[in-house]
Amino acid sequence: MNIGRFLAMGGYAVYVWPCYALAALVVGLNLAWARRSLRSAQREARRRLEMLKVDSSP
Amino acid sequence: MAWVWFHRFGSPPHFYRLARQLTPWFGWPAVLLCLAGLIGGLILAPPDYQQGEGFRIIYVHAPSAWLSMLVYVVMATSAAVGLIWHMKVAHAVAASCAVIGASFTALALVTGMLWGRPMWGTYWEWDPRLTSELLLLFLYLGYMGLRNAIDDVSRADRASAVLAIVGVINVPIIHYSVTWWNSLHQAPTVMKFGGPPTMPASMLVPLLLMLAGFTLYFGALLLTRARGEVLRRERNARWILEALDRA
Amino acid sequence: MSAPQVAFRTAAALLMGRDLRLALRRAGDSLLPLGFFLVITTLFPLALDPALSLLRDIAPAALWVGALLSSLLALDLLFRDDSQDGALEQLALCGQPFAGLLLAKTAVHWLLTGLPLVLMAPLAATALGAPYGAMPGILAALLLGTIALSLIGAVGAGLTLTLRRNGSLLALLVLPLAVPVLIFGARATALAIQGESLAAPLYLLGAMAVLSATLAPWALAAAVRIGLE
Repeated sequence: MNIGRFLAMGGYAVYVWPCYALAALVVGLNLAWARRSLRSAQREARRRLEMLKVDSSP
Repeated sequence: MAWVWFHRFGSPPHFYRLARQLTPWFGWPAVLLCLAGLIGGLILAPPDYQQGEGFRIIYVHAPSAWLSMLVYVVMATSAAVGLIWHMKVAHAVAASCAVIGASFTALALVTGMLWGRPMWGTYWEWDPRLTSELLLLFLYLGYMGLRNAIDDVSRADRASAVLAIVGVINVPIIHYSVTWWNSLHQAPTVMKFGGPPTMPASMLVPLLLMLAGFTLYFGALLLTRARGEVLRRERNARWILEALDRA
Repeated sequence: MSAPQVAFRTAAALLMGRDLRLALRRAGDSLLPLGFFLVITTLFPLALDPALSLLRDIAPAALWVGALLSSLLALDLLFRDDSQDGALEQLALCGQPFAGLLLAKTAVHWLLTGLPLVLMAPLAATALGAPYGAMPGILAALLLGTIALSLIGAVGAGLTLTLRRNGSLLALLVLPLAVPVLIFGARATALAIQGESLAAPLYLLGAMAVLSATLAPWALAAAVRIGLE
C-alpha cells in the first residue's frame, strides 16, 4: 500500500492524525502519572517507616 | 463465602499484593488489543461511504467517550462501597479514578470537536453527546476540586464519595435533559456519529478491539494508582515494609 | 443516641419557627439574593438591544440564569451561622432524624429566598417583555424550579460546609447538577411566553422537584455529618 496516501487520509489528515496524537499523549501521560504517583507514595511510605525506626530507637 | 472474599479484597495488604500481580494481566492484553484495533481501524477497515477516511477518528473518540462514563460509574460505585462499608481500599480506588476519567473526558471532547469540524463544518456543535461530555467534565472537575479542598484524607474520601454518588444519579438525568433540549432546538443533525448497529463487521471489529483495549488499559492504570493511594492511607508499618521490600 | 423525647413533627416545627424568627430579625440578608436576581435580569436588556422581540427571546434565559445564580448566592445563608455557633452539631446529636431536620431547614431557606424570587419574577418578566398571559406559567415553572434548586444547592452547601473561601468550588459543584432544572425551566418559560402548552416541561420540573426532595436530604445529612466531624 501507498504510505503517502495512507498519511493523507483522503484529505482528512489534519483531523485524523491530531486525534491519534492526542490520544497517544493522553494514554502516555496517564501511564506516566500513574507510575509517578505510585513511586511517590512508596517513597513517602519508606520515609515514614524510617522516621518510625528513629523514633523507637533508644 | 462471598463475604470472605469481600473482606479479603478490602484488606490493604491483600489488595496491594493482588493489584501488583494483576497489573500486567491488564496491561499487556491492552497493548495487544489496541495494536490489533489500530491496524484494523487505520489500515484494514474500508473508508466510510459518507464520511470517507474521516470516520477513523471513531477508533479513538468512542473508546475515550466510553471510558469517560465507565470511569465515573466505577468511581461512584467504589465511593459508595467505601462510604457504606467503611472500606479504605474502595476509597483509594475512587480517588484513583478522577484524574483518569477527567483526562479521557477531555480527550473525548477534543476528538469529538476535531471530528465535528469536517462533518458539521464547525468545531463546536451543541450536539447532545458533546454537551453531556462537557458537563461530565465539569462533574469530574468539581469532584477533584472538592477532594483537593479538604486536607484530611479520610474526610476528603467521604465528602467526595457523597458527591460522586449524587453525580452518578444525575448523569442520566443530565444526558436525558440535554438530548430533549437538543431535539427541540435543532433540526436533526445530518451527520450522526456512526454507532455499532449500522456498521459493517470490518469497521465494527476494530472498534470493539479498541474498546476492550482501552478498558483493560484503564484497569491497569487504576490498579497502579490505587496501590499508591492505599499506601498513602495506610498507617500499619509492618505490611508496608513487606510490600516495599518485595517491590 | 437516646430515644427522642418529642415527636419529629414537633421538633421540625420548632426548628422551622426558630429559623424563620432568626431570619426575619435580619430580613436584609434574606432579601439580598432577590436584589441580585433583579439586577441580573436588568443587565440583560442593557447589554443587549432593548427591542421587545429580542428581549422576549432571551427572557427565559435571563430569568433562569438569574434564578440559578441568585440561588447559588443564597446558599451562603443556609448553614453559615448554624455551623459557626454549633447549632448544627446540636441538631445532628439531638436524636431526631437528621435528614428530616435538614429538609425542614432547607424548606425554610426556600421560603425566605426562593419564594420571594418566584413572587418577584413577574416584575422581571414584564421588564423583559413577557405578556401577562405568560405569568401563571412562569410562576409555576419558577415555583417548582426553585424548590429543586434549593435542594440541589443545599447538598453542595453541606459538602463545602467547613471549607473556607468555598464560593467558586460551590458553584463548580452545584451548577452542572442544576443543568436539567435550567433546561426544563427555561423551556417552560419560553412556551409560556409563546402562549403554548407548557405541560411537558412542567411535569419534568415537578419530577425534578420531587426527586430532589426525596434524595437530597439523605445526601445532605451524610455531607453535613462528614463536615461536622
